[in-house]
Amino acid sequence: MLATFIQRAVIQGIPLLFGSTGEIITEKSGNLNLGIPGIMYVGGISGVIGSFLYEQHMGIGTPLNPFLAIAIPMICSLVGSALMGLIYCFLTVTLRANQNVTGLALTTFGVGFGNFFGGSLAKLANSETASIALVRTSKFFSSPIPITKEVSWFTRIFLSYGFLAYLAVIIAILTAVFFKRTRAGLYLRAVGENPATADAAGINVNAYKYVATCVGSAVAGLGGLYYVMDYISGVWSNDGFGDRGWLAIALVIFAVWKPDLSILGSILFGGLYILYLNIPGLSRSSQELFKMLPYLVTILVLIITSARKKRESQPPASLGLSYFREER
Amino acid sequence: MNNAKNEKMHEPFVRMVKRDGMSRKKAWLIRGLSIVFALLFCSVVTILLTGQNPIKIYSTMISGAIGTPRRVWLLLQTIAMLLCISLAVTPAFKMRFWNIGAEGQVLIGGLATAACMILIGDKVPAPLLYLFMFLAAIAAGALWALIPALCKAKWGTNETLFTLMMNYVAMQLIRFFIVKWEVPKGSGTIGIINQDSQTGWFPAIGGNLYLLNIIIVFLLCIIMYVYLTYSKQGYEISVVGESENTARYVGINVKKVIIRTMILSGAVCGIAGLLLVGGTNHTIATTTADGRGFTAIMVSWLAKFNPIVMIFTSFLLVFLERGSGEIATVFRLNQAFADIISGIILFFIIGSEFFINYKLIFRHSHKEVK
Repeated sequence: MLATFIQRAVIQGIPLLFGSTGEIITEKSGNLNLGIPGIMYVGGISGVIGSFLYEQHMGIGTPLNPFLAIAIPMICSLVGSALMGLIYCFLTVTLRANQNVTGLALTTFGVGFGNFFGGSLAKLANSETASIALVRTSKFFSSPIPITKEVSWFTRIFLSYGFLAYLAVIIAILTAVFFKRTRAGLYLRAVGENPATADAAGINVNAYKYVATCVGSAVAGLGGLYYVMDYISGVWSNDGFGDRGWLAIALVIFAVWKPDLSILGSILFGGLYILYLNIPGLSRSSQELFKMLPYLVTILVLIITSARKKRESQPPASLGLSYFREER
Repeated sequence: MNNAKNEKMHEPFVRMVKRDGMSRKKAWLIRGLSIVFALLFCSVVTILLTGQNPIKIYSTMISGAIGTPRRVWLLLQTIAMLLCISLAVTPAFKMRFWNIGAEGQVLIGGLATAACMILIGDKVPAPLLYLFMFLAAIAAGALWALIPALCKAKWGTNETLFTLMMNYVAMQLIRFFIVKWEVPKGSGTIGIINQDSQTGWFPAIGGNLYLLNIIIVFLLCIIMYVYLTYSKQGYEISVVGESENTARYVGINVKKVIIRTMILSGAVCGIAGLLLVGGTNHTIATTTADGRGFTAIMVSWLAKFNPIVMIFTSFLLVFLERGSGEIATVFRLNQAFADIISGIILFFIIGSEFFINYKLIFRHSHKEVK
């Protein structure tokens, strides 16, 4: 019972973990990218477009090449979401536009892009199928790593997921190590805290912002890919991804900008997201109140961290501000 | 900066210099040009997707937005609603308080209105009911904005993230009440409130359901313009927005201004909720605000926080949305096509601000490049 609950919580948490790790990388460079919800949609739909074209190309009879079936959607997803990051950077870093407005426009565009191609991809490609069902590709994404065949609480909690879930955890840990232990990580944090000082120290501020935002977007986009390919087994439904993108941004705050903490945070958020299903005797209306929990918890963390003013748990100091060398 | 000019070895190929200020006319010319470029770009995208010629696409767009009297009224009504929410977020933005919680504030105002209509609709006389609806909507919207404002004033809590989270709390609250009040039971919607008695519905003026909404928002627009431009409080908002330290130095109580302005912002959002529920939809759902809380931010920013200019920017966005919606219907594309078009146009306008604030200087030549 508990093992099943944790398993479900992890499955719910993985898209959030990708999203929040990506947003943490971005925010450490001082860019508050509110386009993450849109980027995750684009990450998902780009993967769908890639594998849809591949499945069409192969036809129904021939079996798919496992390597290509995984590599094509992955690459499409990474490229698609990194391009979204590039748009954001070009506007906010090079053209110094307002970050909030740019981010929101990116979300409008990204969600529209996802729903548009999700709804009309089959029609545009002149295929006979009415809706997109990539069940065959999805199998490669969702099948657990075959280490052992026995079923116990241990295998359920730790070994029952598709490979993207493990990738999410690995990326989060690597990011945490990158921030704490590497020179480039230190430079990146310096850029986010005080770009003028970083610039004076000879760090290329714009390059760091560009790379961090594009890499961050690509990571976040994988969350969308995991959702389509693994969680809903390759059957796209418009707006199905819902408000998970905003929840990922909430998770960044909850984890106080630490990717290792956001691993635990994502499982907790995933658990809170589905808690209402696991409490017996709830009426339909009080279920809705339970779904409020992740947001309420985030607000609480936000207030507590700002009230305590602990230096380690503050947002990057220059978050949300454009940097212009000649304006000091 | 000047040293770089003399040492040619170190001068970069292109560099950016801040402009000291461009004439308003020129600035609006650049913005206008960016919209033209954006429309051209969008038509290329549309041609690629539909294979139709551009004239047909533009005419479809125009007829979709203003083709029939009904569509014109619908267009005006949608503009009025977007404008109302844009007016609401403007004082906060002028103060550099990033209130992206308008969506939630509108919803909670709408919820309060719906509650009045459902719970006391048949118990009090009509004028009293309208008064209660008005007060409840304003109070609910203001409260939703006040909570983040208090935390910002007291602890410096990040308002962008706080107001964002409040949106989802509001949405869940609405889902909760929808289940409580749903008609018929189990449908997941509450249907049209007071369908037979029309209690609490805004009266139609001259047979037109939306005219009252449009008039109210227009008046609101003028009041907001006067408030921001000519009143002492409006001036205080500008000073706090320019520099909190300056404001403190000249003796403005910054915390008080933040809290007062956010209450105002939330209250106007509440009015938008009132107009949506009482004057337009006569029901409440999580989609009542329909993302306009976010679009309003762009409307307000594009208009440089000027309420009168906002009439045009909200017209532009609504026109594009309805027009591209029509393209999607006629050419059997997905309705989300409208979002893609709005997104592209926003990117262009956002990018064009750069050329208003900065100029590029190329090596060897000292000509201005736009």
